[in-house]
Amino acid sequence: MSAEIAALRRGRSAIGAVATFIGVVRDVNEGSAVAGMTLEHYPGMTEKAIEEIVSQAQARWNVLDTLVIHRVGRLNPADQIVLVVVASAHRGDAFAACEFIMDYLKTRAPFWKKEETGGGARWVEARESDDIAAGRWRLKG
Amino acid sequence: MAASVDNIRVITVLYFARLRETLGTGSERILLPAAVRDVEGVRALLVARGGEWEQALAPNRPVRAAVNQAVAHGDTPVADGDEVAFFPPVTGG
Repeated sequence: MSAEIAALRRGRSAIGAVATFIGVVRDVNEGSAVAGMTLEHYPGMTEKAIEEIVSQAQARWNVLDTLVIHRVGRLNPADQIVLVVVASAHRGDAFAACEFIMDYLKTRAPFWKKEETGGGARWVEARESDDIAAGRWRLKG
Repeated sequence: MAASVDNIRVITVLYFARLRETLGTGSERILLPAAVRDVEGVRALLVARGGEWEQALAPNRPVRAAVNQAVAHGDTPVADGDEVAFFPPVTGG
């Protein structure tokens, strides 16, 4: 992550704040031990969806630069799934845009998690709380 | 008058995650009947296959759709050459 942030900041003295978010694979979910997971995605649409989410964030806040990296394929517990970095002049824009990007990514970018548990592999169900989190940004508009 | 080749409409349909596994395929090409004009029409065509198709794509199931890699709804038009995708609610991040 340090290398990604350094690359984003290089030569940009207008940047006064950098907010980052890292999503990590937990070793337990819904009461079951998780040995690993596989992330499936929709190649092509995934990139377009992330670009659209980032451009919406740039339209709403004073953002100087953003970086989104999302992994696919098989991951182990403690592996990093997603990195969001937002650079802006002030912390308010950086925090808000970073949270907005994550909330929208969780509900709009075409990724699906399949967990490996003691009882076999299972597709992770979408959470209503994620829809509510994304919906907050609509109300504030 | 003979049917014109212009009337033949073929789309690619993609399935992801649980739907892909349940239906046993990730991709297929479908010749669209003249009456099918939108995403809802394509879904109904697939439901009419019965069995797993009818269950997995039933109107009360939480199935999301995209046309040409953009979020779509039931009334989103579908045209010749389009890429239509059906998938469960997303769970990334």
